[in-house]
Amino acid sequence: MDRVAIIGASMTAFGDRDAWVRELLAEAGDAALRDAGVDGDDLDHLYVSNMASGEFEGQTGVPNALAHDLGALGAYTQRVDQTSASGGAGIYAAWQSVASGASEMTLLVGGEKMTHKTTSEATDVIASLTHPVEYKHGATLPGFAGLAARKYLDEYDAPRESLGKVAVKNHRNGVDNPHAQFRKEVDLETVLNSPIIADPLRLYDFCPITDGSAALLFCPESVAEEYADDYVVVSGIGGATDTHVVHEREDPTTMQGVVESSEVAYEMADRGPEDVDLAELHDMFTILEFLQSEDLGFFEKGEGWQAVEDGVTDRDGDLPINTSGGLKSKGHPLGASGVAQAYELYVQLLGEAGDRQVEGSVGLACNVGGFDNCVTTTILEQP
Amino acid sequence: MSFDAHRCPNGHVTYPGHTRCPECGEEQTETVDLAERTGTVVTWTTSQATPPGVREPNHLAIVEFSVEGESVRALGQLTTANGVEIGSEVEPVYEEELRDPEAGIREPDSQEWDGYRFEPV
Ligand SMILES: [Zn+2]
Repeated sequence: MDRVAIIGASMTAFGDRDAWVRELLAEAGDAALRDAGVDGDDLDHLYVSNMASGEFEGQTGVPNALAHDLGALGAYTQRVDQTSASGGAGIYAAWQSVASGASEMTLLVGGEKMTHKTTSEATDVIASLTHPVEYKHGATLPGFAGLAARKYLDEYDAPRESLGKVAVKNHRNGVDNPHAQFRKEVDLETVLNSPIIADPLRLYDFCPITDGSAALLFCPESVAEEYADDYVVVSGIGGATDTHVVHEREDPTTMQGVVESSEVAYEMADRGPEDVDLAELHDMFTILEFLQSEDLGFFEKGEGWQAVEDGVTDRDGDLPINTSGGLKSKGHPLGASGVAQAYELYVQLLGEAGDRQVEGSVGLACNVGGFDNCVTTTILEQP
Repeated sequence: MSFDAHRCPNGHVTYPGHTRCPECGEEQTETVDLAERTGTVVTWTTSQATPPGVREPNHLAIVEFSVEGESVRALGQLTTANGVEIGSEVEPVYEEELRDPEAGIREPDSQEWDGYRFEPV
């Protein structure tokens, strides 16, 4: 079977941007087309990953706007909203469009504009994904993280410091990512003394609010070399959902959506967790890096924290996690994040990651919506 | 007023209710009031950065109840975090308005805003 190749990729600067969502999407989309030397009117399908442009800025219909701005008129367009996992779900849609034969050239652009809102308002937009019985109590995603973190530390006797080390590591990685929102190291003491946000988690356990966009260009592998000397292939991809109501889960420290989506992706790629050389995980909160690294099968349940303590997930460790700086330091423009994870794997696998380059031929990205409510796991490989 | 969990013919209990039982797919046909029962704290947090219309700080807990051998859990505000630990016993206390319905992004008429907080026993 002809595999699906990624022949171009881009991401904008992440951070506090003056541009609005339409402009951010066009910036990343244009750059990905240029990366592969493809014109807008070569596109058969165009997907936009975005959670909430209507809620954030009163702009809907963004795929149509982007098609017009990129000269892709006539292309089939579709918006993909899967909350924080919109980017991963967009990769799934783009992969499907090429794998099915419906499209021979598909552009995926993910983006979000958030920083014009206060933290409180942005938190509320994201919390609107919760069930009414959660929303009425003021439950938020940071709140769910606090609930899971307390349970995890208690259940597995993990020291509070180990969570802080995730933040220190990802900030360190972000220093070498020119697109990252924060390019500044932090020390453990700063993390552990920062203000409490959702006990036991503190400010530095959380990702920031971010504007930004990222894009990927897909075509059949059989024609990839016509466009690009170097490309990567989507060797496995899987999506899964967990409960909508978070408290209905049997184990608050297991992300079943991560477990199930990765099983599908591993099987499709004929790979296992031991084959993965580097991974981009959805560290919206530090605790999520532990949970995903365990539920993806990298480490035993309850031992993800130990791996961080031992430096296994450092850039020079056996399994570098979040070489991009992760959501934690790169930033988290909701719809863009899953696409930007794949962008990082793309540049790493092509050997174009500069100062943050690591060795490897198999990369995995895990993009989480809500609190594991919906997850996409993608495996990218050198051809 | 009541704090209704929902039960299917196979005895599975959930809070809130669902169109079909998430466990077995059958229709949920009964309700079980949790208001007079005592529950156990599974985990808890204190949120210091809350959305518009939500008290700050906001103490939250996931609480587990046992209904004839079946476990059912609910998330809710705690009346206080003082002395609360994983495993603490709590009981539901009715509250007319858990957050200001007018302040947040959700349409006020689209859902209920009263419910039960958890008070340490
Ligand atoms: Zn049932």
